[in-house]
Amino acid sequence: MRRSLPVFVVAVAAVCVLAGFFEKPEGQSDAVTAFGRLPVLAEGRIKPLDSVARSTLLVIQGRQRVVVSDKPGADEITPDEWLLDVLFVPEKADTYPVFVVDNTDLLLLIGKDDESLAIHYNGVIANLLATSDVLPTRRRRMSFNEIAPYFSQIEAQEKLAEPVEAQTRTQFQSAVVQLYGNLSSYLRLKRALVPEGSKDFLTELLHLQESLADGVAAVRAKEAGQPHDEAKAAALIAEGQKFLQMGESTDLLAIPPDEGDTDLNAWHNAGHALLESFGNGYVNTSVLAYAGMSYAWRQDEPGSFAHIVQLYGSSLERRYEKQVHKARVETIFNAAEPFYSCMLVYLAAFFFAALSWLKWPETSRLSAWGLVALGWAVATLGIATRMWLEGRPPVTNLYSSALFIGWGSVALCLVLEATYKNAIGSAAAGVIGFITLMIAHHLSLAGDTLEMMRAVLDSNFWLATHVVVVTTGYAATFLSGMLAVIYILRGVFTRSLDKATADSLARMVYGIVCFATLFSFVGTTLGGIWADQSWGRFWGWDPKENGAMIIVIWNALILHARWGGLVRQRGLMCLAVFGNIVTSWSWFGTNMLGIGLHSYGFTEAAFWWLSAFVASQLLLIGVANLPLDKWRSFRPRSPGA
Amino acid sequence: MNEVLRQVRTLFVSLRLTVVLLSLSIVLIFWATLDQVHLGVWAVQQKFFHSFLVFVKVGDLRFPVYPGGYLIGGLLLVNLVSAHVYRFKLSWRKCGIWLTHAGLILLLVGEIVSGLVQQDFQMRLDEGETKNYSESIRTNELAIIDATDPKFDDVVAIPESMLAKGLVVQNPKLPFRVVPKLYYPNSDLQMRSQAPGAPASLATQGIGPMVAVTPLEVTYAEDARNWPTVFVELVGPDGSLGTWLASAIPLMPQKFDFAGRSWKLVMRPQRHYQPYSVTLEKFSHDIYPGTDIAKNFSSKIRLNMPDGVSTREVLIYMNNPLRYSGLTYYQASFDGEHTTILEVVRNPSWLVPYISCSAIALGLVIQFMIHLVAFAGKRRRP
Repeated sequence: MRRSLPVFVVAVAAVCVLAGFFEKPEGQSDAVTAFGRLPVLAEGRIKPLDSVARSTLLVIQGRQRVVVSDKPGADEITPDEWLLDVLFVPEKADTYPVFVVDNTDLLLLIGKDDESLAIHYNGVIANLLATSDVLPTRRRRMSFNEIAPYFSQIEAQEKLAEPVEAQTRTQFQSAVVQLYGNLSSYLRLKRALVPEGSKDFLTELLHLQESLADGVAAVRAKEAGQPHDEAKAAALIAEGQKFLQMGESTDLLAIPPDEGDTDLNAWHNAGHALLESFGNGYVNTSVLAYAGMSYAWRQDEPGSFAHIVQLYGSSLERRYEKQVHKARVETIFNAAEPFYSCMLVYLAAFFFAALSWLKWPETSRLSAWGLVALGWAVATLGIATRMWLEGRPPVTNLYSSALFIGWGSVALCLVLEATYKNAIGSAAAGVIGFITLMIAHHLSLAGDTLEMMRAVLDSNFWLATHVVVVTTGYAATFLSGMLAVIYILRGVFTRSLDKATADSLARMVYGIVCFATLFSFVGTTLGGIWADQSWGRFWGWDPKENGAMIIVIWNALILHARWGGLVRQRGLMCLAVFGNIVTSWSWFGTNMLGIGLHSYGFTEAAFWWLSAFVASQLLLIGVANLPLDKWRSFRPRSPGA
Repeated sequence: MNEVLRQVRTLFVSLRLTVVLLSLSIVLIFWATLDQVHLGVWAVQQKFFHSFLVFVKVGDLRFPVYPGGYLIGGLLLVNLVSAHVYRFKLSWRKCGIWLTHAGLILLLVGEIVSGLVQQDFQMRLDEGETKNYSESIRTNELAIIDATDPKFDDVVAIPESMLAKGLVVQNPKLPFRVVPKLYYPNSDLQMRSQAPGAPASLATQGIGPMVAVTPLEVTYAEDARNWPTVFVELVGPDGSLGTWLASAIPLMPQKFDFAGRSWKLVMRPQRHYQPYSVTLEKFSHDIYPGTDIAKNFSSKIRLNMPDGVSTREVLIYMNNPLRYSGLTYYQASFDGEHTTILEVVRNPSWLVPYISCSAIALGLVIQFMIHLVAFAGKRRRP
């Protein structure tokens, strides 16, 4: 029982996690899944249409699933199905509420207020939940059709707000810039494969194919000033203008180059690919294939849709074996959401670790440890997949730094737990793993997380050394802070912090601070060397550099204070908690200043969270400084207890 | 030993002082980071780090309110050295700490030295253009050029700092004295026809009388620069030739003849000449397809060696500078499709951080390994 229960717990969790990799998205046909796997070039890299759909949805509505209307009990569709509707049945997609609008002034601009958006519940319980903010009290998401009448007002406000620097914009300005951007990216998708207003693009293209030779001859003759068929020439020129406009209004490069061309610059959007028809005398087959899918999807003919997707998919596979393979893996990765299941596993691990301090110490402790190991293995797999997809070291942007800080901290926790066997490592792992993945989730709302590296940062060697090492330093500093938080909370609020546990926590914090000092110093130094190689100065007092240097100095200060006997156990813990503030400042605060070479990861709502986090840590330090007889663990037990 | 001396010694070797100084340095760096939003990085360095005291301006008065980088760094150095001298004990257990602290001393000293000797310049090249000089980013000079020989310019350059002090310059190459009359460290120019109310100009010669000058606040912003303007009177052996206006804002070249020679007067970024020259063959700016994200900037240049015969082709791009004759050329920026801006740095002590940081890192590894081995040993024998 003592041995088998932990194994059982971990096995159940593992099955749940693995199921994600094999399960297909609910209610989605195989043909739609195959469509989602088709590779396109967007934002500088080849990715599956599924990723285009998901990252667009995350940006415009903050979640991936789409509810087709506001009515209670309305159908849900998958990201791939949403994308199909946007591309091929836009009049239907225009009715889906997918644009998040929260700002009150912006709502007024589009003719809404709290009253018109209020959600009315039937039943006492639902109403009660709504008033206590558990259920939403008003609609947050609008459809394109609801917003479209106000487009010119939004555009005018955006023009006013856009020149203002991102950091100094008011909430209304940020909201209107955001909404305008969301509407534009939606429109760019809508016009990516089919021109605006076209109901049967396939027939139009087939007709073009037939009349192409005559039309081109007519236009040539016209240009040469010779007799020609005016109607044919005019029709062809009109087509050309339509394609030109189509090409100008999208940034989705869905049309691969001809066979054998591996240059990414040779990918085209549908409009530009069609313009080439006039030169080479035939309509691009990829555009035709997409037009065919459009026809079948519009006519609701699942059989022929599946057939066309399959044909086009296998023709791509012959030509771009590697890219198609990568796109397939990325689609599976998207649907499995490994970091989401990882988050739940960490949460369960924390639950078991905390339980072990109260009841069933050994069983709960082993379960927690097993779950942490499982979560860490899944995170490792997830990070490794991202690295393989991107061909980059693990940390390339703020999002991946959150993943990596969590991963590194949890790895250290596994070592701590293997050494001390008191569930503290697992508890810390559960909390840090959960929080960092939560942060990562919110950062992912900014768009594609596998984004391209800006020129300055485009160096795998330095990304692999400087960034990885300094991020490990962050992870270790956070971990020492987390251990100190456990010390304080357990000591003040429970009776569970006995002398042995307190001493081992103090040793853990000390050890991790040593580790953090080494890694943050080496990481910062490597950054200096990179800077010397790239910009000719070892140290430039850039905000991010300063932040990293403060972490190094802070860790050195903790060590010196301890060696000098200036602090004892409790003081050490307070200093370690303050390390959390120092690290969070360097990680996020410096980006909020919006200056310097490193300010690539701008975040807006993060400011509020950072302040709240700092306040909570200061509060903890305050709590830790309560007189010792207020600490439940250190209070002499009342006689007879 | 005298009681006061003993107390001073105790203070300087104490870890308490170390901790206090480390705390002070954290506050200093944090404050400087926040102030960068207003001041820009260069001014912040002067105010906080390359200074003994940090001054805060209240009205027109400046009050010292906080120890600056030199003071904190210097005290840390004293603290570190005296602690090691006082507690000197050669033991293997301490070798990690020794190495770390030795590296730290080297790092601090090296940073002070490089702060003093490092020089930054810029070289701006259009495709096909050749230059044998780079230009200062912040300081300007007044160049008085003897242009009599069309093939060759003979230049006397007066640094901005001398103009600012109003120092009179007499140079054997010049048949006149140069007398700075009025100097603005930052300014704007307008044609007088567009600024009817402007006060009369000091200038009597050249383009000066037609131009109205507005003095501006000195700026420290990162993406802005100062545009100094100066009025100089040229005084020959037989009296004044008149007063000219010269400004870093590009003007029409001002020419005049005197003592049988033709002269040109121009204010320009201070130049740093090299015995070799650099030609930009091609500048490339790649972006990722379908985006406006920069993928790479690179400048293909030809280095024309001092012997005037041999040349070398070099590709300078991100993370790949050219190091030549004590100068390092980095891809810094660009202007349009065909103009590159290279940053040129002279830093003789560039190797110091590499050595000192390796020593510190190695020292830390040794020290923590010693701790770890001791800890593991203790656990094995409970």
